[in-house]
Amino acid sequence: MKLLHGLLHTTAATLLDVLPIALVIFGFQLLVLRRPIPNLKRMLLGFFYVLVGLAFFLEGLDLALFPLGKAMAAQLTDPRFLVGLTATSPPGNLHWSDYHWVYLFAFAVGFATTIAEPALLAVAIKANEVSGGAIGVWGLRASVALGVAIGLVLGTWRIISGYPIHWFIIGGYVVAVTQTLFAPRLIVPLAYDSGGVTTSTVTVPLVTALGLGLASHVPGRSAMLDGFGLIAFASLFPMVTVMAHAQIAQWRLNRKRTKATEQ
Amino acid sequence: MNSRHPPPFVKALLGSLKDLAPILLVITFFQLAVIGQPLPNLADMLVGTLFVVIGLTLFVQGLELGLFPIGGSMAHAFARKGSLFWLLAFAFALGFGTTVAEPALIAVAREAAQVAAEGGMIGRDPDSMSRYARGLRYTVALSVGFAIALGVLRIIRGWPVHLLIVGGYLGVLLMTLVAPKEIIGIAYDSGGVTTSTITVPLVTALGVGLAAAIKGRNPMVDGFGLIAFASLTPMIFVMAYGMVVT
Repeated sequence: MKLLHGLLHTTAATLLDVLPIALVIFGFQLLVLRRPIPNLKRMLLGFFYVLVGLAFFLEGLDLALFPLGKAMAAQLTDPRFLVGLTATSPPGNLHWSDYHWVYLFAFAVGFATTIAEPALLAVAIKANEVSGGAIGVWGLRASVALGVAIGLVLGTWRIISGYPIHWFIIGGYVVAVTQTLFAPRLIVPLAYDSGGVTTSTVTVPLVTALGLGLASHVPGRSAMLDGFGLIAFASLFPMVTVMAHAQIAQWRLNRKRTKATEQ
Repeated sequence: MNSRHPPPFVKALLGSLKDLAPILLVITFFQLAVIGQPLPNLADMLVGTLFVVIGLTLFVQGLELGLFPIGGSMAHAFARKGSLFWLLAFAFALGFGTTVAEPALIAVAREAAQVAAEGGMIGRDPDSMSRYARGLRYTVALSVGFAIALGVLRIIRGWPVHLLIVGGYLGVLLMTLVAPKEIIGIAYDSGGVTTSTITVPLVTALGVGLAAAIKGRNPMVDGFGLIAFASLTPMIFVMAYGMVVT
């Protein structure tokens, strides 16, 4: 009963979220383009699905993914779990390197969710075509997944160590922009795209919950100051690894060519 | 019904299960092999996971039934119509409307409101929390609309894409110096959150339609400019929002 009530309440609330795009579509189609709506029944059914789907998704997040991310963060940062069952040592004395399971978990989540991302496969196939086969489909997928994984590890390390986030993000962008100048030109748009592609609708809430959970369980950190930022890391580092991957592929190709001409 | 071709709903259901599977695998492995403790509220989590799968399936199914076909054809129509004003207005409205309905952004904004309330940045009552969350989302939506409109103008005028990107990064840098510390993390995150399930396909359709309508343009490069810029401006706008709120 409580579940049903929550669902109904969320459905009513999501009506407001779907309203703007519905207004945009109907308004521009009828008033500006002055054309009738094709398949009106199908479209209304579609909007109904979107509405109910959004409500189920948000309720499910509150029930499962948010608590799950926070529970994992709590369990993985528990001092008794990290340094054995010696509850005698005060929790303030943990070094950032004691949290190795957190980094491993972040790496695994980043790599596993990205390598299975369908949108990424489409981008990888395109990259393979554009580069004339120099960039393999698997190579690109692996380099994006590695980028997300490294991003999340760095991001969790930042939360635990407490360094200001803008050092990392601005530093990362400086690296990415510098690479843009030297990377093969056709890979650049794909590299920039890959950053946005990876952070899917399911990954974002879980990773956010993980960050907030970490920040509230690691001594000396606050959820408000340190909890956010993992998504930013996860969308920045794939740009760097994808361009690096293309640069290495090009460098190897050039070396092969010069070797061939020397002989 | 033909058993060899599953109905679209079942196909979509399998698709969302596949999206969720890697996360569940990693979590199950860590729970069993590393942590070795039972999860709290296992029943709730199973029901919730089921809800996420059903919700995502219905959502994607609904988009493909209702929004993507007409949205795509409208984007093409506006790209060819030739009226700059209406094209820009449509670009802005499309970016704004799709971002407001983006599920990940709704979820993250609610979480941000809760954190801000617990941290004493805003009031603890549900009213000011939902006001903060809504403000955050509308700020992001405004910035995405602005970015798409500016990106469309760039495609038409043929400005180099680097100009916008580097300008955007400089904007992020400058805002970081003056924005309150509490907003920086969520501001940086909002860039990656916005460009997702609804926004990307529709905005890409707009970019591709536009590049096809103007001679000598490469759809891939032009479509990319839109998305990359749309993940930059939210950072700047949200930091500005943080300065206004605190």
